[in-house]
Formats: sequence, structure tokens, C-alpha cells
Amino acid sequence: MAADSLGGHRGRPYPSPSITEGPMSTDSTSADAVTLGSEGPLRGATTQAGGPAEPPSGESRATVSGGRARRRLGDTIFKGLSISSALLILVILAGVAIFLINRAWPVFGAAPEEISGGQGFFSYVWPLVVGTVIASVIAMVLAAPVAVGIALFISHYSPKRLSAALGFVIDLLAAVPSVIYGMWGWTVLAPLMVPSFVWLSENLGFLPFFETASRTGRTLLTASIVLAVMILPIITSVSREVFLQTPRLQEEAALALGATKWEMIRTVVWPFGKPGVIGGTMLGLGRALGETMAVAIILSVGGFSWNIINAGNSTIPSEIALNFPEASGIRLAELVAAGLVLFVITFVVNVVARYIVNRRAEFSGAN
Amino acid sequence: MSTQALRRRRLDDIEGVELNPVRASSNRAFQVLAALAVIAAAVLRLAGVNLALAAVGSYLAFVVLVHLVYRVRNGGRVAADKTAKAVLYGTFIVAIVPLVSLLGTVIASGGATAVNPDYLLTSMRGVTGVHDRATVEEGAPLIGGAYHAIIGTLIITGLAALISVPIGLFTAVFLVEYRSKGRLATAIRFLVDVMTGIPSIVAGLFAFALWAVLFGVGTKNGFSGAVALSVLMIPTVVRSAEEMLRIVPNELREAALALGVPKWRTIVRVVLPTAASGLAAGVTLAIARVVGETAPLLVAVGVTQGINVNPGDGPMNTLAVYAYNLFKYPRNPGYPDPSLDRAWAAAFLLILVVVLLNLSARLIARFFAPKTTG
Repeated sequence: MAADSLGGHRGRPYPSPSITEGPMSTDSTSADAVTLGSEGPLRGATTQAGGPAEPPSGESRATVSGGRARRRLGDTIFKGLSISSALLILVILAGVAIFLINRAWPVFGAAPEEISGGQGFFSYVWPLVVGTVIASVIAMVLAAPVAVGIALFISHYSPKRLSAALGFVIDLLAAVPSVIYGMWGWTVLAPLMVPSFVWLSENLGFLPFFETASRTGRTLLTASIVLAVMILPIITSVSREVFLQTPRLQEEAALALGATKWEMIRTVVWPFGKPGVIGGTMLGLGRALGETMAVAIILSVGGFSWNIINAGNSTIPSEIALNFPEASGIRLAELVAAGLVLFVITFVVNVVARYIVNRRAEFSGAN
Repeated sequence: MSTQALRRRRLDDIEGVELNPVRASSNRAFQVLAALAVIAAAVLRLAGVNLALAAVGSYLAFVVLVHLVYRVRNGGRVAADKTAKAVLYGTFIVAIVPLVSLLGTVIASGGATAVNPDYLLTSMRGVTGVHDRATVEEGAPLIGGAYHAIIGTLIITGLAALISVPIGLFTAVFLVEYRSKGRLATAIRFLVDVMTGIPSIVAGLFAFALWAVLFGVGTKNGFSGAVALSVLMIPTVVRSAEEMLRIVPNELREAALALGVPKWRTIVRVVLPTAASGLAAGVTLAIARVVGETAPLLVAVGVTQGINVNPGDGPMNTLAVYAYNLFKYPRNPGYPDPSLDRAWAAAFLLILVVVLLNLSARLIARFFAPKTTG
């Protein structure tokens, strides 16, 4: 249903009652015009009956007197519930920051020697940040081209029936719990990767990333590949949405001028969809940054190193997951502080990504 | 709706429209080459070549051949078109391969254990490495199952749904029915979107920190986990519910309001029932998304080996955490196989639940969908 609902009603044929302007689709069609026509007289009725929701205008208006008091009470309660739920979301977001800061506070007052590594919180968390970013960026670079390809395939190549099935496959990919990705990566992918790691270190060993190869395959690169599979769905669904929103007339104009399908995609669909793809890719990056279990299971953690085909490195989420159950005192505060750093990073990435995506249209990865 | 549908159709779908003379080039060469590539991959595999290598090799050969054949027959533009098509088909296969491999692995490794009633109906209380050693060395039956984890998953996910669904629905009602354009609504919509990106482990830390402040440091129980999951679940519920409420025809609202029905009753009796199937599907998907969460529960709920049905009292176990713990830290590191079996069986159950939830969401959306047009 996610796949269908995403594409289903972009045009928003029915403006909700409280919208004061008319239907705002720029490409107004006859259907919209009909809505607009019937909208006029009815909107008057809406304001009248909806009066109690807005007390000042409701007071002066003579309405059926029967249940006015009760009606206004019900409306007030219901509206209050709605507003407080909406505000609760703001409270939760603020609460996440506040409570994390509250728990992490001891770290900022602690002497450098008390922190793991003995050199203060910054030098403790910095290698973790770098490890997290490296793993996520590799995942993003691997996933983005494939995801865009799949999105184009679904939006412009596959037959309609197949598209629905493919949408389901992508949804499933998104739905598989991360712990299972981790188990799969450990059991299946890691051993498969060993020969390629050996090849890389033999042929590209002069690069710092490929110096010596792991014998188990449980490396940062393997974890990144699993992360790439995990963020594929979000990038795909956002890209597919923007591709589907390409103005039909422009596509047809390109085809009518004799463009092949690929030329049409390059000249019309891609320029139109590029900001959305960038935003979707950043959303994928955000997911990869916060992904925990896959990395915690696959990677045999260690200190920071540039080598991505051997054991070593760690990421913030996996550091927390691996050490939290036994942590106490200052160590606990340290891990919470690391989580706070992660929260700030992902928050910034997500805000930027959402800003880019929302400029184009209204959708999200949540549905 | 019909114009919408028409607009969605691609011009080249319409019968009898021959748009593009360049595209008159037939697809047959493409299909033949694709078939050849599949055969080549199979032959190479039978000849003893590594499966991945055979597949990648024949696929690359396929792309190159497609390009060459069409370049010779129809020139560079068509060749570029067909090559792009071949590459796009390839990306799709890239997405399918891990999914198939993963599902295959989970079913093969966990399917047999997961259907065993002993596994489903016993907890891990009292199960030690000694038992696992006996299982491996003497062929004793596998002892210890996931009963406690199944119960924990149901309770914690259920609580999370109980918290998230009302909040999510009311927020969606606010966004659609009360303030669809205001500044507050825009801000909330944006923050809900941002909230979908909160890392799950941060949600867990939040619940942990909240509980530490409210009930003292180190308090871990099921409610805390439910709160963590709610942080992840609310945004999904809000966005899907908002989308569903938005497609409820305005005429229905106007008809009810014109009859003098108060606004809140219009929403409760007209708008929500009309959107019910979509809302149910959205909630189902949201549940599917959090049911397999591991990290937040690991942090906020802790782990226990026995059955705990009281979410207000002490750690509980859930399927995902159970699978993680047994996989990462086998009961007997010398004889890890029984622990791995249990972990894979839990993974199998999780996948089963997730797939069933996804399927039922689709079915609900399809079969209980109301007519939104005349």
C-alpha cells in the first residue's frame, strides 16, 4: 500500500475545508474546475456550520440552537486533543535533546583522564564520528546510483503490473529488521567478500584503504555494503516520487521532438528530479549514520584506521549498542554523549535533506 | 479521477500511437541477448565458475553486446537508449539479489527450528552452555526457545502502538482538518519528517534517559521500550494518516457540516470511517517497521532469560534482541551452533511477522478501500 499511496493522489483533488484559497493545482484541469465550481456555494455552508470551531464568528451567527453548548464543548475537547498531540511532537523532539544532554552532562565536567582513552571526550568520540561517516558515505555512494536506476525503472520502464510487484519488493527490503541484515552480512556476505578483499589488497595495496585484507571479511567495507542495501529503499522511494512528478507534457514534448526514451529521461526527467534525488540520497545518508545492529554484528571493531578491508574502526551506534549493557557511571554518560553527537549529526543531515526534498513536493519516507 | 488516470498514463501506452520513429527499432535483439546472457551465466556456473563471477560477467557482456548490436543496426542514439535500458534492468536485479539471498538464508537456517513447538513454548531460563554442548556432542534435543521473547515482542509492540496510534491520528487530524496551511502545521509537518530520521538507538537512549530521570538511573522495563518505539512509530503513523485523511472527499465533510453536525462528530463519524482502511493499513505498516527494532530495546529494556509479562517490572526480551544476543554471544562459545539455530529461528519468526504485516496492510488497503469518488 505504501507504494500505491505514494503515487496515488499527488494532485490533491480535494482541498480540505479550512483551506481558504481555491484548488491550487497549477495544471488545473476540467476535474479541478468542477470542484472549484461546486466549492463556491458550499464553502459558505462550511463556515457557517464550522462556526463553533471559531468562537468569535460563531457567537454572532444564529444557528440551530438545540445542541450548541454540548457541540462547542465536544469541539473544544476534540480540537484541544488534536492540537496537544501535534504539540506533543515538538515536546518529544525537544525532550530527546534535553534528556540526552541531562544524562550526558557528567562527561562535560569530567577530567580528561576519566574518559575512555584518557584524553577527553573529543578525542574519544572523534574516531567514532569519522568511522560512522566513512561507513555511511561508502554506503551512500554504493546505494545512490542503484536506487536511482531502480526508481527510473519503476517510474518509466517497467509495465504497470510489474511496478506494483517491484514496489512490494522494495517495501520488503525496507521492512527486514536490521538485526537480520546483520546476521545475513556476517554469515553470507562476509565470507563472500574475502576473495575480493584479497584481490584488492594485492592489486591496490599501495592505497591506504586496501593495505592488508581481512581473513574473515568482517570489515568496514562489508558493513557499508549491507548499509547500502538497507538504505536502498528510502532513496528509491523518494527518487521514484520525484520522477513520477515530472510534468507529463514536457515528457511528451521531448518524445514528440523525436527523443528516444533515454534522451527524454536525460533532458526532462533528470533535470526535474535531481533535487529530489539529492535530498533522497541525503535521507539515505541519515539512515546509514544511525544504523546500529548491522554494523554492531558484522564489524569486528577496533581503533580507527584508514584500512576499510580489515578489522578495525567503529561507528557511534555500534559503539553504544556493544558497550551500553555493561556500562555505568561516567562510561554511561560517555555513551549517551556519543549518542547526542549522533543525534545532532543526523538531525542536521535530515533537516537539510528534508528542506531540499520538500522544496519540490510533499512526501516523505515515512509512508 | 478519470482525468487523473489519463494523465498518469504514458502516451506510449495508448494503443495506436506510434510516437517515435527512432524507437521503431525492434526489441527482439534485446530479448534474445538477455536470454543468451541467462544461458551463458548458467553454463558458466555449471562449468564450475563462481556464481557471482558468472552472473556479473555475463551481465556485463550482455550490456556491451546490446550496445554494439544496436549501434551497428540503428546508430548511436538507439544504442544509448538500449544500453540505458539494459543497465536499469540490471540495477533492479542488484536489489533483488540480496533480498532473495537473505530470505533464503533465513528460511534455510531458521525455518526448521522455528516451527518446533518446544522452541515456541519454552523460555531460555536455566539454559546454559552445558545443554548446548550436550546437543552438539550427544545429539540431545535443543533446549530453550523464544517463548519469553515472543511474549515480550507482543507486549512492547502492542504498548507502543497504543501510545503512538492516538497521538499520530490526532496529529494528522490537526494537520488536515484544523490547520492544513498554518505556520504551526508547516513546522510540525517538517519536524515529523525530520523525526522519521531519528536513529533508533537515539530513541532508545531517550527512553533510557527519561526513565533515569523519572524512576532513577538504570530503570529498565517494558514501558520504557514502548516509549522508545513510539518515538520511531509516531512519525510514520502521522504521515500515512495525513495522506489518508487528505483524500477523503470534501463533499462528505461539507454534507455533514451542512446538516449541522458538529465538526468533531463530522471527523469521528464521517472522515475517519471513510479513511479507515487506509488508516489501518498505515498503522499496520508502522507496526511492521518497529516490531523488528533491536537497538532501542537493547538500550531501554535490557535482557532477561525468563518470562516477564509485566512491562512495568524489570527487563523483558524481544525477538530481535533475543536473536542479536544469541548470535553475537552464543550461550556456549565453544559450541555456538545451538545458539545460532535459536537466533535464526527468531529471525525467521520476525521475517514472517513483518511479511505478514506488510501483506495484510496491502490487503486491507485494497479490499476495504471506500469509494472516494461519485
